[in-house]
Amino acid sequence: MTKKDLGLLILILVVGAIVAIINPRFLLPINLANTSNLIGLFGILSIGQAFVIITGGIELSVGSVVALLGTLFIDFIAVRGMGWPIAIVLILVLGAIIGLAHGWLITRLKLQPFVVTLCGLLIYRGVARFYTADGTAGFAFGQNFPTLEFLTAGRSWGVPNSFFALIVIAIVMWVVLHRSVFGRYLYAIGKNEEAAKYSGIRTGRVVMAAYVICGVLTALSAIYFAMYTRSISPASHGQFYELYAIAAAVLGGFSLRGGEGSLIGVILGTVLLQELQNLVNLLGIPSSLNFAVMGGVILIGVLVDQQWGVFRARRRMVDAARKGAVGAAAE
Amino acid sequence: MNYSDTSIAATTPFLSLENVRKTYPGVVALDGFSMEVRPGEVIGLVGENGAGKSTLMKILGGVTTPDTGTITVDGTAHKDLTVEGSLGSGIAFVHQELNLFENLDVAANIFFGREPLRAGPLRLVDRAKLREMVAPLLKRVGANFSADTQVADLSLAQQQMVEIAKALSIKARLVILDEPTSSLPLAETDKLLDVIKALKADGISVIFISHRLHEIERVADRVVVLRDGMLAGTLGKRDINHDQMVKLMIGRMLKEREKASEAGRAPGAVALSAKAVRTPTYPSRPVDLDVRRGEILGLAGLVGSGRTELARVFFGIEASLGGTLELNGKPLALASAADAVAQGIFLVPEDRKLTGILLDLSIAQNISLPNLPAHARRSLVSNSAEVATAEKQKKNLGIKAPSVQTRTGTLSGGNQQKVVLGKWLAMNPKVMILDEPTRGIDIGAKAEIYGLMRALADAGVAVLMISSDMEEVIGVSDRIAVMHEGQISGILDKDQFSQENVLLLAVGKPAN
Repeated sequence: MTKKDLGLLILILVVGAIVAIINPRFLLPINLANTSNLIGLFGILSIGQAFVIITGGIELSVGSVVALLGTLFIDFIAVRGMGWPIAIVLILVLGAIIGLAHGWLITRLKLQPFVVTLCGLLIYRGVARFYTADGTAGFAFGQNFPTLEFLTAGRSWGVPNSFFALIVIAIVMWVVLHRSVFGRYLYAIGKNEEAAKYSGIRTGRVVMAAYVICGVLTALSAIYFAMYTRSISPASHGQFYELYAIAAAVLGGFSLRGGEGSLIGVILGTVLLQELQNLVNLLGIPSSLNFAVMGGVILIGVLVDQQWGVFRARRRMVDAARKGAVGAAAE
Repeated sequence: MNYSDTSIAATTPFLSLENVRKTYPGVVALDGFSMEVRPGEVIGLVGENGAGKSTLMKILGGVTTPDTGTITVDGTAHKDLTVEGSLGSGIAFVHQELNLFENLDVAANIFFGREPLRAGPLRLVDRAKLREMVAPLLKRVGANFSADTQVADLSLAQQQMVEIAKALSIKARLVILDEPTSSLPLAETDKLLDVIKALKADGISVIFISHRLHEIERVADRVVVLRDGMLAGTLGKRDINHDQMVKLMIGRMLKEREKASEAGRAPGAVALSAKAVRTPTYPSRPVDLDVRRGEILGLAGLVGSGRTELARVFFGIEASLGGTLELNGKPLALASAADAVAQGIFLVPEDRKLTGILLDLSIAQNISLPNLPAHARRSLVSNSAEVATAEKQKKNLGIKAPSVQTRTGTLSGGNQQKVVLGKWLAMNPKVMILDEPTRGIDIGAKAEIYGLMRALADAGVAVLMISSDMEEVIGVSDRIAVMHEGQISGILDKDQFSQENVLLLAVGKPAN
């Protein structure tokens, strides 16, 4: 755990303590369970985003993909009668294909990630609305999928299974990001893509893989979101989710320039965001101010972090100057 | 001190430093250093990296304060200088890395922030006046370009002229040039040396810092040699020569180059062979070139002659527009640098910080990067394997760093270059391409890198060295290929080596 992560954890605990003191309902099992469910859903989404951001890219189409794939998932199992395990696989494959397409446009055709995924944001939302004829996708009355529902929206020992899913995914992705060869390549590319290329790394493939991972995790979270809401109106479902994901990564210490950030950071970022949402509800702050509170906190967080960075860089420079002088004398 | 030019000796110094001492915690950067600069005098300042040159520059620029000693500028004694004081008394710097706005024209750059304004509340720039003010400055530096040229369209030497014109515009009386020629090709260097002579003729003093000693030989009136923060010696005009300077700088003579010039080395079989290869920069100029096992092939030529582009094609970064490549007689298809690396063709690129290494990664992480799967078990990176490889290279190459976990960004240029070399040496090279391998590196580390290239060649590696440093090309290579406007204009064997021949081929004329 880095110092940054530790700082974020302390912030989460302090905010939590304050909210709990003002409104003890914060600590009620039902509230904690609801919040951790949302942390699970948004966490999976944010991890995907983090893999793209680490390469210096961005994925803006996440919210629209959640809407499109969520709609398709419900349609597959509720209307078309497809078996849900097959539907899950199909949705994950679709997510991978979307990621692959984005990665291909970005690495092979050299389009900017912002532009490609912005177009994706518009396209998938439009397709989702067209697919349902601007209606709502949902289950018919009495339609039940007990196992699927247990796995996605159910609880074990009072803890939402979506939260367990997040923990499993987080552990796997932590190993991938921080311990694997692929993870090292991601950091190297994010820091300096040219130098990585000159070291013989096939940077195009690595970046493409990052978008595929993002696509698959987004697809998975789309299934969770669909089973959580149980009915989807594609015009609004998942709106702004890309921004939640980006915000979680940024709060968690990721740089949009790439090459920086940790998996624990993005999880903690998600936790803080959901805590703030919860805070708005519990403290009786008008819910219309929801976004304003989030934006304000992110801005302050980034500002503090940046100032701290400037301070540390200055100190490092002084140290380096000293060491340089020492080295010079030694030569 | 002996002055050959008595008219200079007679005048009072513009700048004199007496007994200047500067310590940083635990070290003495300058130890009782004294020197003086007279009006119209060109001082060559040489010394290895870490000898105290940068500290001296910082003191003259007013960035750091000396502990003791006096600095007398134009008759006024100071304990230390401030940045404003330094500028105000007419000391101007031209740094190795130029500080120009490439998207603005020459005139705008020279008077940036000090533009003449037209009357009125809009504060519009008076362009006519500006041009009037710039014209004499450009004339003085002998510029062959106009004031409204975009800086991006100028050559490096021309950009340096703009910097010098900028210095003149603040009425500089002492211009300090810090490694101005390290990135200049041969012909452009001459222009810059002419500018220095013109400044001298106008009575402006120059301190010329360079690792290229033959340039110092050509322009300096006096050479000041720094070693370990002390004055190692001063050479008067008549005593300035290469060997004397090197002797004073390191207190010993260099042997590496002599070893390299042993004749009669039998060349091996052709390792890398290019047939009618064309680079995107010169699409209509096919290049044929053979690099043999066990030789160092020098690739000389002016900057922009297509040498770097050729290296990029050999390394798979850029696609050839035609022709074929062969490695040990077998056809070679390179779609990316990864393909080249897999074949044992490695490149030490020209721009170390941008493409050679990742400054934010540690030495160990940089060295393992091209061969990471070999340092991993089941796709998970093994730190101990990484460290072991890096430790080996650190020891072999003599990389000076506290540990292999040190960020490469904190290392000196020479040590960073050794990290770049280390990552390739850890992987059994077949063909090693080095693009300006010793640029900006001090003379001691240079000798080590020459030694390394020779050791590689002796071990049967084909070494291709691109260099703009004439002494280096002639001193290190077994054969020299010279490029001119995208084509090989000639290949010189050992007995044909001479500066004249290289230069003739570089400008497209036949060698003698």
